[in-house]
Amino acid sequence: MEIPYTVSTRPDTGLWNAKVGIWLFLASEVMLFGGLFSAYIFLRIDAPPGTWPRGVLNVPVGTFNTSILIISSVMVVLAWASLKMRRYRAYWWYMLGTILCGIVFLVIKLGYEWPLDYVHFGAYIKPEALGKYEQYLGNAYAAEKDLPPRLEITGHLHNQAALKDPNIKEYEVALDPLNAYPTNPEVDRPHFFPLPVTDKIAKIEKEDVERATMFLPTHSTYFASYFTITGLHGAHVLGGVLVFIYLWLPVSKRLYQSNPEHLANRVEVAGLFWHFVDLIWIFVFPLFYLL
Amino acid sequence: MDSSASVDTHHEPHAHDAAHEHHELGFWRKYIFSTDHKVIGIQYLISGLIFLFFGFCLMMLMRWQLAYPGHELPVIGKWLPHIFGPESMPDGKMTPNFYNSLGAMHGTIMIFLGVVPIAFAAFGNFVVPLQIGAPDMAFPKVNMASYWAFFIGGSIMLISFFVPGGAAKGGWTSYTPLAAFDDTGPGRLVVFNGQTLWLIAFIFLITSSLLGAINFIPTIIQLRAKGLTWMRLPVFVWTEFVTAFLLLLAFPPLEAAIIMQLMDRVAHTSFFLPAGLVLNGAPVSISGGGSPLLWQHLFWFLGHPEVYVLVLPAFGIVAEILANNSRKPLWGYKAHVFAVLTIGFLSFIVWAHHMWLTGMGSGVSAFFQTTTILISVPSVIILSAFFISLWGGSIRFTVPMLFTIAFLPMFGIGGLTGIPLAFNSADLYLHDTYYVIAHFHYLVAPGTIFAIFGGIYYWFPKATGRKMNDFWGRVHFWPTLICMNAIFLPMFLQGMAGMHRRWYDGGQGWNVANDHTIWGLTGFEWNKPISWAAWIMGLAQIPFIINFFWSIKHGKKVNDNPWEATTLEWTAPSPPPHGNFVHTPVAYRGPYEYSLPGRDRDFTMQNEPVEPAERTRRKPPAESVLV
Amino acid sequence: MNNPPDVSQDPKEFEEYAHGIRKHVRGYLMVGITLLVFTALTVALSYVNFGTHKANIAVAVLVAAFKAGLVAAIFMHLAAEKRLIYRILIFTGFFVLGLFWLTLFAWYDYPIFR
Repeated sequence: MEIPYTVSTRPDTGLWNAKVGIWLFLASEVMLFGGLFSAYIFLRIDAPPGTWPRGVLNVPVGTFNTSILIISSVMVVLAWASLKMRRYRAYWWYMLGTILCGIVFLVIKLGYEWPLDYVHFGAYIKPEALGKYEQYLGNAYAAEKDLPPRLEITGHLHNQAALKDPNIKEYEVALDPLNAYPTNPEVDRPHFFPLPVTDKIAKIEKEDVERATMFLPTHSTYFASYFTITGLHGAHVLGGVLVFIYLWLPVSKRLYQSNPEHLANRVEVAGLFWHFVDLIWIFVFPLFYLL
Repeated sequence: MDSSASVDTHHEPHAHDAAHEHHELGFWRKYIFSTDHKVIGIQYLISGLIFLFFGFCLMMLMRWQLAYPGHELPVIGKWLPHIFGPESMPDGKMTPNFYNSLGAMHGTIMIFLGVVPIAFAAFGNFVVPLQIGAPDMAFPKVNMASYWAFFIGGSIMLISFFVPGGAAKGGWTSYTPLAAFDDTGPGRLVVFNGQTLWLIAFIFLITSSLLGAINFIPTIIQLRAKGLTWMRLPVFVWTEFVTAFLLLLAFPPLEAAIIMQLMDRVAHTSFFLPAGLVLNGAPVSISGGGSPLLWQHLFWFLGHPEVYVLVLPAFGIVAEILANNSRKPLWGYKAHVFAVLTIGFLSFIVWAHHMWLTGMGSGVSAFFQTTTILISVPSVIILSAFFISLWGGSIRFTVPMLFTIAFLPMFGIGGLTGIPLAFNSADLYLHDTYYVIAHFHYLVAPGTIFAIFGGIYYWFPKATGRKMNDFWGRVHFWPTLICMNAIFLPMFLQGMAGMHRRWYDGGQGWNVANDHTIWGLTGFEWNKPISWAAWIMGLAQIPFIINFFWSIKHGKKVNDNPWEATTLEWTAPSPPPHGNFVHTPVAYRGPYEYSLPGRDRDFTMQNEPVEPAERTRRKPPAESVLV
Repeated sequence: MNNPPDVSQDPKEFEEYAHGIRKHVRGYLMVGITLLVFTALTVALSYVNFGTHKANIAVAVLVAAFKAGLVAAIFMHLAAEKRLIYRILIFTGFFVLGLFWLTLFAWYDYPIFR
């Protein structure tokens, strides 16, 4: 006996096996990312005022990456439609486009956005020393305008050695605009095009600092969830790209010649996964970049 | 009961052999990297049994420390340090760290590497496609991947015993913040330490379970034989179906939590760590802002459905064996089905009853107490239906039936003693005592594991074509049953006396135990009879192990339907060939048509067409349209 | 739209079928453009002050939910899918919301710290 309904549909459900399988898989993915997002909400609600960074990611790049994923989603669905219309050539090109989009997304994410965070520095000031750094924090101004308190001084760390060497007593930081001009209304809210780091340098004594790190997962629960969720999402993108490469290679052309509907089904299944990855990103983008 | 029953199994073995000659595969493809659901089922069974025995051995070691704390372990105490490292049992005396490792790994291995792989994956893989008349699982390659993910996960779990510091010590629940700092610090490796390996192993085990679940559900939905409508499915298929859903939807949040704890350990994030933690007198350099409660929520979101993952397949196995050996239709089939579905649904919204002591508010407590009490209703329905099924049956006391009958009161004790734990106020006292240990072990050990034994004895002839030895089966059963009760009944007493479950010295240092006696022994002194019962029970498994392997080659040869059962798996040859059935099976009737009036035999198989004479006697739904 | 019948060998029938798909293609392109527009919209809205930060979050999540709904309904064919898949997703949705709601409920009902 052969396994039935691998390509044709079972009359009472109207589905073939893999379609049921992929939807179940996506259901489990919903729960996986559901768990992560529920953790995100939990941590965010729990975060004391001023410890949830805002506007630290590069919005134009994020917007571009979002568009890339949307375009790739369109191309997958067009690839599938081309197969259904038995136009292999068009399918091949759309598939190539999808793969390239996926790769571009990953390169931007891992090769540009993440490293941008690694070089950024932040130092949380001890509550008793906040007054001492008022010129960089502007907490009086923030309280007056009903903005969240500012507990952290960020920018580019000039003396990287200070992170490791206990003999160096202070951090030299080229300040971000928020800390350079804390009372300027321009910096009350994040900007679409991120303002460049200023050449204004602040010296922060180590003994006034509660905790100083680069923008790494250990920096805050915000960056912890950002790196975890985007990392896991990136792993999904990578998985999708690998599957698409398999479906794009000549191996699949042979399947097309013998059973085009089977290939179309495979593309549909892979496409459903890809759309789901896109769908997750649609939530990741505003939650981490914009809010 | 006569041997002519074999004539009615619809196949001709010789015609079949010829048809499948071209399928001959090499040894590796056939037995190791097989995609055949039966081979995978047997792989799961054997690895699961090995892990089950290993986990049991860990517990037997712990029982020494509990009964004779600080004493040198005789005989094997000398060479255990050579296996588990010098930190484990110097001079044959167990260290607290090693004791904690044993406890954590006993729980983890028994649940995730023993019972779930056997009850869900092994029986599910072997039996479900046969029972629904399918040639294989829906995705054979995914099935193989599932087994190998399990294998890798299990191997990592075992390897973790041999890294510096030994295996994970945080309990099978791995509560943070303790688990986030376990096995770190001087002398511990970054990734190759007990707790981190535990987490990594879990990622593989979860992957394995997910792949399994993604396979089972489409198999049951899509590959049912013609005529096998939903209400004609054997109860075992139903329970596997619901169990697969539990795994599918409950495991991913734990996977998310595992990834986050892994980040906490490796990337020093603070998902589950509040600010201001002090470790060994020094403040920890983390951002803080995380929540230990979050871990508990995500863990128990899996943890509770997991309990039903352990129990539901056992219900299924028991239903099969019970109907078969009482020679009576299972009482209340529909009630069974809907009770199983209800359990599956409710099990997702009861999890916080494991967290009464974390200080939840009264609103949440009320919600979870209500749902927890609600879920006992379907469980009672199922158990009652089992008991009623026995009523008026002509019971055959075969070895599988012995285990099944023992399952019923054992499971009843386990279930009913759980009710006090469901109430916040009672649980505040009983929480983390031996009472809880006794309660859930009654469900899983003489409960699920008895069902597993029953299932092994029951389906063994299908897998091998031979029966396991009946006499040695009984020799296995009776001491096991007696010892189980000798182990766990006194634990209720210990727990109610207030003995805490995680004491390294078994309560020796606990003063109250010494002047308060229960039936003449103090709480601590009860450890000795319990431990002896555990070790004797270990010995009682030897007949089973020998019987199992001996019978594969030398057991009594039997026909394709030795138990005179009705479900479709007994229409296939024993052992079933690749592709399972010679003729595509068609189901014409329900799964448990035993002792049908007006028939010369007391069982009617599902693939026997409904005779015209029968039609007039039957209610219309039984011959509903083929789908 | 999903699971088209095994494509007929009859060229005329196939032509009809291909025509149906081509109509869908136009729809897919429109949805793609809508998604891009809404991406721009959500970015723009995040710089508008809706009074409180919570209001901004609500708006952004609503827009995201709309976009996700489009992807699910059109690209993933959920607008016209078989009943079985809806059933699976209804249960999943129920449990994921249960996870969200109950953990939050437990959090807000916490007498000691809140």
